[in-house]
Amino acid sequence: MLTGDDGAPVQLLSPDGQRRPHERYDRLLADLDSDDSNALLALYEDMIVTRRIDAEGTALQRQGQLALWPPFLGQEAAQVGSAHAINRDDFIFASYREIAVAYVRGIALPDLMKQWRGTQNAGWNPFESNMAPTQVVIGAQPLHAVGYAMGVQFDGAESAVITYFGDGATSQGDVNESMVFAASFQAPVVFFCQNNHWAISEPVGIQAHVPIGLRAPGFGIPSVRVDGNDILACLAVTREALEHARAGHGPSYIEAVTYRMGAHTTADDPTRYRDANELEDWKGRDPIARFEAYLTGSGILDDAGRSQVAEKADAVAAAIREATIHMPDPEPEELFEHVYAGPHAVLERQRDHFERYRAGFAEHSNHAPHAALTEGGH
Amino acid sequence: MSAMTFGKAINTGLRKAMEQDPKVVLMGEDIGRLGGVFRITDGLQKDFGPHRVIDTPLAESGIMGTAIGMAYRGYRPVVEIQFDGFVYPAFDQIVAQMAKLHYRTRGMVKVPITLRLPFGGGIGSPEHHSESPEAYFAHTAGLRVVAPSNPQDAFTMIQEAIASDDPVVFLEPKRRYHDKGDVDESLAPGAALDMGSARVAVEGSDVTLVAYGPMVKTCLDAAVAASDEGVSVEVIDLRSLSPVDYGPLVGSVKKTGRLVVAHEASRTLGLGAELAAEITERCFYHLEHAPVRVTGFDVPYPPSKLEFHHLPDLDRILDGVDRALGRTNSLSGTEEEA
Ligand SMILES: Cc1ncc(C[n+]2csc(CCOP(=O)(O)OP(=O)(O)O)c2C)c(N)n1
Repeated sequence: MLTGDDGAPVQLLSPDGQRRPHERYDRLLADLDSDDSNALLALYEDMIVTRRIDAEGTALQRQGQLALWPPFLGQEAAQVGSAHAINRDDFIFASYREIAVAYVRGIALPDLMKQWRGTQNAGWNPFESNMAPTQVVIGAQPLHAVGYAMGVQFDGAESAVITYFGDGATSQGDVNESMVFAASFQAPVVFFCQNNHWAISEPVGIQAHVPIGLRAPGFGIPSVRVDGNDILACLAVTREALEHARAGHGPSYIEAVTYRMGAHTTADDPTRYRDANELEDWKGRDPIARFEAYLTGSGILDDAGRSQVAEKADAVAAAIREATIHMPDPEPEELFEHVYAGPHAVLERQRDHFERYRAGFAEHSNHAPHAALTEGGH
Repeated sequence: MSAMTFGKAINTGLRKAMEQDPKVVLMGEDIGRLGGVFRITDGLQKDFGPHRVIDTPLAESGIMGTAIGMAYRGYRPVVEIQFDGFVYPAFDQIVAQMAKLHYRTRGMVKVPITLRLPFGGGIGSPEHHSESPEAYFAHTAGLRVVAPSNPQDAFTMIQEAIASDDPVVFLEPKRRYHDKGDVDESLAPGAALDMGSARVAVEGSDVTLVAYGPMVKTCLDAAVAASDEGVSVEVIDLRSLSPVDYGPLVGSVKKTGRLVVAHEASRTLGLGAELAAEITERCFYHLEHAPVRVTGFDVPYPPSKLEFHHLPDLDRILDGVDRALGRTNSLSGTEEEA
């Protein structure tokens, strides 16, 4: 184990926002602790902005502008903190819920929304951002991360790979197989598990009988549990793990203990399975409130700073709304694009038939398609 | 007789099967307290307890594999895979294990597992939530594959699937879950139409139109629209995809001389190809036109803003009917062009 032998998650900020010294991790925050308030404010800003993005996503879904939205409310520290540790040439493989990671990565705002509006399956170019399109199939992406990391290693490069997944995903064979590969090849990869306590309606106890972070050592992978609502701790442990990978010391595993305060997705109703007291309890450990208390207490954040960040959040939300509402629908012919890298005769014939068929409606524009009258508009 | 949604009809059928046989257990992700993401198992854990309605770890291969072990032990597992696109991690356990166990053991091990799979598109979901994987399973010897299209069939067929000593892939057309229909709850599975039988849903004389699951309703609508234009369409609800009940199909095509098959799944090597080939062999001298397929395209299921171009709708089915009738339409002339 890297740390956390006693099982208590690493914490650098107490729940009431006091900075706690830590023998092992202070080194990793030296730049922040040395009075560089800009870096701290940047973390704060990203937390506030991503929380605002989350609220906007939910609102847009409710207004019919998005097909679905997966809230990450409560997971801002785990996502923003870890994402700030990632270098430009490190590569990210994440799941659908890592929207704050993608934002910190610099993914363009409209691109964040395409998948949820249903105009594209993947919203951005993975090689421009060094971030793969987010994954919907639970547990598939850690294998991709390990394979990419093996490539990094074989190329003799000095970058690392990080993969994000949830507590539920740890049950999948793929995730366990990815750890086997990572350990066998000593791949430069960081497994970042956000244990947000729920896999839709299933509490984490259905997936694991011991803390999930304890599983990795059985594969020969050092592991650490971190307070996932403590942004400084998340940043520090992720920096350490990525350094470890870049230095050629192989894989490591982080379990960020956090909580999904919202619904699983906008299609979910958590009141059916979740105790209201549990939610209240975790609201008391809000990651933003904690960090804000720290920043305010140390004089880094004042009302002016707060309103400046709030303005930025409003502007980002407005930009996202604007981009989403005016996002054009894809052209029907896009159905046939990119299925293959080269020509494919059968598909080209189907495309030709489709175009003729559609042209038929245009020719007889007084003939409205029946479908529009019956099954359209699902 | 009571009006019930498709989803509630399955729920009621599951409840009946569980009451009748204590060895029937349900397994799956989120099926307990939540009642499943589509609420198909709603209330069952409350009434039957957590050992009859098992919230499993998030691992499809694990679910299928342990269900096989439970079947060895004499249980009748009913597995819910949450969405079609998530069945693939379990593919090995389904096609290499579940499908072959009876054969491998020369009948000594029975595998009475029902795999419930919400399938098909049309609900505006993100990727991996709208697949039509039926051909993979129908292509696998050892599996029975069925797809009800209405609440009454959902109610009886789920009970028959559970009672079957063979593994059954039970395909639930998710975009019809909220459709209502009359369900006669007193109808015992044996007394109703057997789940292996095809059904003539609407009689007609000009064209035979075959579908299953979600497309049956679309085809019934198409038959109404066609009759407005003076064409009499006979709609056949296949119900069982493996084995196919060819009797009603052959009878119908001998009468109409024309066959159209509609499904959401991609065209190449889909069920439509099989039905067209088989009917051509069996009814060659009765056919007045080559069988016509109206299907999804050979593309990955598209993002939701494009799905209604991909899924056959009423107009595409009518276009297929036109083609089977040899009428001029948008595709006229394409056959000569190679
Ligand atoms: C292979 C697979 N099975 C099932 C699902 C349906 N599903 C989507 S999210 C989810 C729960 C995931 O929980 P977890 O891994 O803890 O991540 P979280 O959603 O909490 O971030 C499930 C079961 C899926 N997407 N992929």
